[in-house]
Amino acid sequence: MEEKTKLICISCPKGCSLDVTHDGNTILKVENAACKQGYVYAEKEFTDPRRMVASTVKVKGGLHPLVPVYTANPIPKPKIQDLLVELRKVELQAPVTGGDVVLENVFGTGINIITSRDMPAV
Amino acid sequence: MAVKELYDVIVIGSGPGGLAAAIAAKKAGADDVLIIERDIELGGILLQCIHNGFGVEIFKEDLPGPTYSQRFIKEVRALGIETMLDTMVLDITPLKKVYASSKQHGFVVLEARSIVLAMGCRERTRPMIRIPGTRPSGVYTAGTAQRWTNVEGYLPGKRFVILGSGDIGMIMARRLTFEGAKVERVLEVMPHLTGLTRNYVQCLLDFDIQLQLRHTVKRIIGNDRVEAIESVKVDEKWKPVPGTEEIIPCDTLLLSVGLIPENELSKKAGVLLDPRIGGPIVDDSFQTNVPGIFAAGNVVHVYDLVDWVTEAGYVAGNAAGEYAIKERQKETGSITIQAGDNVRYVVPQMLDKAHLTDKPISLQMRVINPIEDPVWVEAHDGSNLVARKAERYVRPGEMVTLKLRPKHFDDVRKAGTLTISVNPK
Amino acid sequence: MLEKYDYIVIGGGVVGSVITRWLSKYEGSVLLIEKESDICMGSTSSNTAIVHAGYDPLPGSLKARMNVRGNEMWDTLAGELEFPFERRGDYVVAIGEEEFSNLTTLIEQGKKNGVPGMRLLMGDEVRSLEKEINPEVSGALWAETGGICDPFAITISAAENAVVNGAKVMLNTAFEDFIMDGDRIIGIKTNKGDFGCRWAINCAGLYSDVVMHKAGVRPEFKIIPRKGEYFVFDRADITVNNVLFPTPTEKGKGILVTTTLHGNTIIGPNSVLIDDKEDRSCTTAGLDEIWEGAQKLVPGLKRKHIIGMFAGLRPYGNGPCKTPGIDYQHDYIIEIPEKVKGFVNLGGIESPGLASSPAIAEEVVAMLQDAGETLKVKKDWNPIRRSRPRFRDMDHKERERMIRLDPRYGRVICRCENVTEGEIIAEIHSPIPATTYDAIKRRTWLGTGRCQGGFDMPRVVEILAGELGVSPLEITKKGSGSDFLSRPTKNVEGK
Repeated sequence: MEEKTKLICISCPKGCSLDVTHDGNTILKVENAACKQGYVYAEKEFTDPRRMVASTVKVKGGLHPLVPVYTANPIPKPKIQDLLVELRKVELQAPVTGGDVVLENVFGTGINIITSRDMPAV
Repeated sequence: MAVKELYDVIVIGSGPGGLAAAIAAKKAGADDVLIIERDIELGGILLQCIHNGFGVEIFKEDLPGPTYSQRFIKEVRALGIETMLDTMVLDITPLKKVYASSKQHGFVVLEARSIVLAMGCRERTRPMIRIPGTRPSGVYTAGTAQRWTNVEGYLPGKRFVILGSGDIGMIMARRLTFEGAKVERVLEVMPHLTGLTRNYVQCLLDFDIQLQLRHTVKRIIGNDRVEAIESVKVDEKWKPVPGTEEIIPCDTLLLSVGLIPENELSKKAGVLLDPRIGGPIVDDSFQTNVPGIFAAGNVVHVYDLVDWVTEAGYVAGNAAGEYAIKERQKETGSITIQAGDNVRYVVPQMLDKAHLTDKPISLQMRVINPIEDPVWVEAHDGSNLVARKAERYVRPGEMVTLKLRPKHFDDVRKAGTLTISVNPK
Repeated sequence: MLEKYDYIVIGGGVVGSVITRWLSKYEGSVLLIEKESDICMGSTSSNTAIVHAGYDPLPGSLKARMNVRGNEMWDTLAGELEFPFERRGDYVVAIGEEEFSNLTTLIEQGKKNGVPGMRLLMGDEVRSLEKEINPEVSGALWAETGGICDPFAITISAAENAVVNGAKVMLNTAFEDFIMDGDRIIGIKTNKGDFGCRWAINCAGLYSDVVMHKAGVRPEFKIIPRKGEYFVFDRADITVNNVLFPTPTEKGKGILVTTTLHGNTIIGPNSVLIDDKEDRSCTTAGLDEIWEGAQKLVPGLKRKHIIGMFAGLRPYGNGPCKTPGIDYQHDYIIEIPEKVKGFVNLGGIESPGLASSPAIAEEVVAMLQDAGETLKVKKDWNPIRRSRPRFRDMDHKERERMIRLDPRYGRVICRCENVTEGEIIAEIHSPIPATTYDAIKRRTWLGTGRCQGGFDMPRVVEILAGELGVSPLEITKKGSGSDFLSRPTKNVEGK
């Protein structure tokens, strides 16, 4: 069944408001895009939307009680909440080195969660 | 760490502008570069900006703030740039004296051949936008809330309203949602978003957080802790539209209503500010009206991208480094060292002013007559005693050494001739 | 067993604290109770911080007598308690010819009240003394005994001195009722239990009517909170040297422009009668009113230099003037009522209550003596209270020495006002411990500058938690219910 959905393209700062005509996840038409990127963006958002996630995990014995972490690559949007729950369970021990892998191949996505910085022990 | 008294370049602040400036100054050939940072670690506000979006220009990578920052911190360490942490600069004079205070170093007075101001900016506050209402706990600037949430490990509330659709406001909306808080609303007094569309989509739309344009906070409600805010729509002239008021229950109001360059120190140093932006008036190398005082980054004006702050830091730091080297060269000229009472000769006979930096200089001498009682070995500039030390005795066969230390160098520099004498105490 | 005191002072504002200090000079036990988490949180906390010369109150009123006598007592008290006070003098500024003629009336009134050192200045003189003043100024009344002060400093130092001399201060302790034995007060009930006393002294400010009604005194007396709103300006951007009052008109005393001991210019207050004794909210209408009013005196004020705003409540009462022939219904009440024994009743102590407070204490002591109290001075009474080091006020040499003695004074926590960790910790462990953020702010002036605490707040919360040995989650801005933080970031319930 044909449906229309509005999307804001974020491929560039212009931020076109796209009118997407689609049948389920199949895109039939993208209107009001100023360039081809609009179609590419819409397709990605409909089939496999992904986001970078940055958060924190607990660390014991460090300069601060938290160490920031992030996804090495964008992860599927539907997995964000589950990832946040997993991250709350993590507790590292200082010292921590920036780039250390906190969660490997999270949810079988092949994506690692890594620390954003060193956290020296105190 | 030993604190020297005279530096080629002192950089005030270790955010992206300060780090880049210190690196560039060192690479330009300045030997002694010092960063003074008020926090307990280098990095500045970027350390609490844990979201991505940094480094696209400089590294062609999309990095979180702390990762971006750490790359520069590592370079600072590798280059041997000195740092004073947990230290607050209290005063800078037009002659480039820097007064600072810390637990570890005490009260220090330093001098620099050039200075880079990199204090960044501060957040606009509630009184600046004159939000009426009570004065309870729970009204915070977005940056303060960000520090608590991301660095110190405490959430400053459970139900938030955010005033301001700048990037910090929207990013905090997502951050707080990630950590289980509820963001009831983002209000923006302008008729348009003030941050990036990307952040609107990924921070607000993704999490169904409502943005209301042309809306502001009419008043804050709650005596002890925020209990609610009253929002109101504004017309084209920013006047509240009667009848559009809405009470939004919440326990926290975050303000993301703009940044102002932080220039209290600059003013003390005699730096002239541009009244429109609140930052120093600078030339193309970011030099201010005070020769040898440069300014880098958000202290000059608030940038959109951290990468550009880094670029500005490089320019200012490079110029500050070159300035310092020129100053050092100006100090060439030498000081004659001559033998005085009971001294046969002194080596060296000349001192190069350019070498009066951080290392002590040893003056070696032989006496004419032995003295078997305690003596003073003294260096005088005319009648002014510059340095001295005691010896239990002196004999012509045994060389005597007098060390001139950095604390003496100010006096040494003023002297045309230094006279060395050895007399009984 | 009931804990018994000779004197219980109800209310820890400036009047209650100064009276407690006066009583602590004499043998006998004193208890000061305050319902809030700190002393100095009611009317004393938000006002214009002026020590009035005394030309304003109606001649013959108790207000006039207390003001003029109180004013002359400030130098000695400031010396003994080491709180900052500057007798800079004040101006009543006339704009235009009509206002100028009103100044003569005011100066006559001042003379009747016994105010020394007043004279009229011409427009030129005023312009040369105050650069920022409206050039239309036609003249001013100059009163050399006017002063500026820090209301927190006098209140806190007086209470501290009382504690050192044996008085007890109980915070978070709210008066509920009197315990009577016939017509005599023999104690009070509070949320923290009952306490016996020989004398209860009503210093409850905005709630003085409620307290006296519990004793059955003056049922017709009523406090109507009178709100005043203020703006504070960045001292880096604008300076006036002095207190600038407008010429009073039919409408009231008007909006003034003044400087503070910290160098910030403040403008206000307006005057709005309200119902709620806890409503210290600023309103759009009120802020507009003070803005316009202040423009009249100093047209060069700029909105972008505003760094603070607040509102205070004056305890405006309807106490009649006792002097025969004077029809004035808003005088101070300072009395030992005939029909209730063991009760010193104060009410309606609004502006110039701050200036009057030492005289009021003196008056209360005299009344107690008249009532037969012997009041013998303690052998070991110490009138001196030492101020604590203030990094902001030190020169380079003093700072160096201070940090060498105690390195915590080297760590600057409030960058705008230069307040150090050492000072904060000293306040937390002072005779009346500062246990909230605002209590530290009142004592050190931290967080009052252009960043309004944005930088120091997380650090102060951390220091308070460390010194008090509690979690940062328990630290509050101003007592129960005003916590800063909700939970550790990662502890989401049920997720």
